[in-house]
Amino acid sequence: MLKFDIFLSALANGLMTGAVYALIALGLTLVYGVLHIINFAHGATLTAAMFAVFVAHSVFKIDPYLAIVMLTPLFFGLGYAVQRFVINPASHGNDSNILLVTLGLSIIIENALLAGFRSDTRSIDVPYGFSVIEIGNLFLSTPKVVAFFASFVVAGLLWLLLARTDTGKAIRAVAREKTGAALSGINVDHIYAVTFGLGAACLAIAACLLMPTFLVNPRIGNAFVLVAFTIVVLGGMGSIAGALVGGLIIGVVESLSGLYFGESLGQIGIFLIFILVLLFRPTGLFGAKA
Amino acid sequence: MLEVRDLVAGYGGVPILRGLSIDVQPGEIVAVLGANGVGKTTLNRAISGLIRTTSGAIRFDGAPISGLSAPDIVAAGLIHVPEGRKIFPNMSVRENLELGSYRRGRVNRAANLERVFGIFPRLRERTGQFAGTLSGGEQQMLAIGRGLMAEPRLIIMDEPSLGLSPLLVEEMFALISRIAAEGLAVMLVEQNVVQSLELAARAYVLENGAVVMAGSADDLKRDPRLMKTYLGM
Repeated sequence: MLKFDIFLSALANGLMTGAVYALIALGLTLVYGVLHIINFAHGATLTAAMFAVFVAHSVFKIDPYLAIVMLTPLFFGLGYAVQRFVINPASHGNDSNILLVTLGLSIIIENALLAGFRSDTRSIDVPYGFSVIEIGNLFLSTPKVVAFFASFVVAGLLWLLLARTDTGKAIRAVAREKTGAALSGINVDHIYAVTFGLGAACLAIAACLLMPTFLVNPRIGNAFVLVAFTIVVLGGMGSIAGALVGGLIIGVVESLSGLYFGESLGQIGIFLIFILVLLFRPTGLFGAKA
Repeated sequence: MLEVRDLVAGYGGVPILRGLSIDVQPGEIVAVLGANGVGKTTLNRAISGLIRTTSGAIRFDGAPISGLSAPDIVAAGLIHVPEGRKIFPNMSVRENLELGSYRRGRVNRAANLERVFGIFPRLRERTGQFAGTLSGGEQQMLAIGRGLMAEPRLIIMDEPSLGLSPLLVEEMFALISRIAAEGLAVMLVEQNVVQSLELAARAYVLENGAVVMAGSADDLKRDPRLMKTYLGM
């Protein structure tokens, strides 16, 4: 039965990692669904958020979970301001300009972090970093279990926001019908910036959930964002449910292919899926037909 | 109530409106008529703040609004029901209507929702349905209903009869006259000359971005130039 236990543990680990992947993909898919642009600064923003958690812990002795309540509004505000006062004015209403501006931003953020922190890989020490929860023969890392449930809570809150509040409805309205939204009194620029802020806030939460078990260096975000792109395509561009399900699938695929093909080939499964989805279902699992 | 004076506006430096002036008084239905491409939609877009004007003035209740953003003009109570409906296809009928009161009329949302359902009973039957799955006539009703949710003081309707069957056009005009009978000022922008003149008290006829005829609907109905141009008589 040992083999089955290993499989189960790989599955559980995959699901837990996948939930955090989903959280990162959530921000990406939300911005894509509303602004119809890929935010190339997504990975760099995640890196910045992880360094923020690192600084909060090592300088101010703030626990990463406590940091969620501070960094989430901070990153929402930063995301809002960057979209409203940098990306939007610089784009002149042209989508390809937005791509270039976000790409430029990612280069600036990465190199600022490189200048400030050097290229060393860093991690934080928390007392619960290696604690485990035992379920039968399964040993689950406590921070990962926390991250798993927290990711679902965040996705649920985001869904509630979009479904129930006026701001959320305005976000969905702007996503499909800008002119109609403006004529209903919705400030489209404000809603764009709110959406961007929400994307950044998701990353701040993801960073707080990741840091107890993960490390950070100025390029770390890229690894996550490549996976997040795959999830967004797999789940369907712009779909919240798609990001969640896609994240879990990708987490499990990565973990199982790591188990069967060896750790270094773990990511092959992800990109196989990416190619297969593009070939056979380009709109993704939950994507609307074009 | 609405005063447009010597308005020049267009896209990318090319003027579509060349010094256009119109007025709408409180509580009256004014028709703005003209064939395709004479500048009717550009006029609406300029009034509702979707495009910047080059010169001229737009005043609503005496206050200049030509520099304001579309949401600020909505807040003032000037509501534009656009050509092509521009409803939110990915959202339910109820959500579409609720968003009509996003900026204005929010406190009376529940009461206004009932009022709109009273005017358009068909929307009540479809509250949970995605707006994108409605028929053309129902989408037009939804667009007007969304406009009414903002408690308009003046409502601009851009081609509400476009793409509807003759029977539905009759129904739509009857509904518009019923809405206007409650004292709401309506600026009806239409290609449908005959029915618009039945409904409106006054009308303007546009050609090449300027007013070429103006007067009471009764006078215009008998004007041989209009008959010749639009009715082929």
